[in-house]
Amino acid sequence: MTDQLSYVFAALADPTRRDMVARLCAGDATVGELAAPYDVSMQAVSKHLKVLEGAGLVTRGRDAQRRPVHLEAEVFDLMTKWIERYRREAEARYQRLDDVLAQLDESHDNHGTHDTQDTHASRRGETA
Amino acid sequence: MTTTTTTTTADGTTTIAAPSDLPVIRMTRDFAATPAQLVRAHTDAEVFARWTGPAGSQITVDHWDARSGGSWRYLAVFQGQEHGFRGCFHTVRADRLVQTFTWEGLPDAVALETLTFEELGDGRTRLHAVSLFESFEARDGMLSSGMEVGVNDGYARLDALLADREV
Repeated sequence: MTDQLSYVFAALADPTRRDMVARLCAGDATVGELAAPYDVSMQAVSKHLKVLEGAGLVTRGRDAQRRPVHLEAEVFDLMTKWIERYRREAEARYQRLDDVLAQLDESHDNHGTHDTQDTHASRRGETA
Repeated sequence: MTTTTTTTTADGTTTIAAPSDLPVIRMTRDFAATPAQLVRAHTDAEVFARWTGPAGSQITVDHWDARSGGSWRYLAVFQGQEHGFRGCFHTVRADRLVQTFTWEGLPDAVALETLTFEELGDGRTRLHAVSLFESFEARDGMLSSGMEVGVNDGYARLDALLADREV
């Protein structure tokens, strides 16, 4: 099941495809419109679109003439959720650090490691 | 390039950004501490082990040499599974820590982490953490997976999404 996920990441790893996705944020576009700013063939652009389609990032309209390319924003919503979960975990970790720092404060520790000014002084920081 | 896949969230106190033009994760967080205390929290093995890792994990420091050119390794037992993490301390300085970070389950995926400590006055310090990955896949893999509880929910939701569209 993670294969589909890999497609999404692989699709977005290419700068041209990321650029195409960015332009599709502004609205649907035809293959011709998407190809216009690039010095590449329509075929090359179609190839990029196939990768984006395969990853579920874009869909093609039914209009036989234009077949406009449409960005599927839900996939990005999902990425946003992952990022938010990662952020919440970092925040939980940092809240534990808040508690640890408060304890350091109280104990007025004088181990000296926190005075580290340069790489020589930091040798005192070897604790393990 | 716009910021299509960039998300900056600020409803807690940790802010995060995963820009679409660089494979990095940037985080900032303010602390009621001095830069020296924050450096110590990241370089003193005993102190570090008290707050790092996923909640509820047991951290055992295996090796720790917190000076420029030194290295580190620790084990985290989380939900009955042991995970090894290791890296090198590249720069250890009063205002800056630079180190590599590797989860041993994916030994070729090495992130470069740069932590800087900005003194805000009144005993407060802003931590800036930048993690640079080898590729967007590696960055997004880090964001979406790892040891988080509920990552499978994310996959399940994506699967459902993809299935709905019958791609």
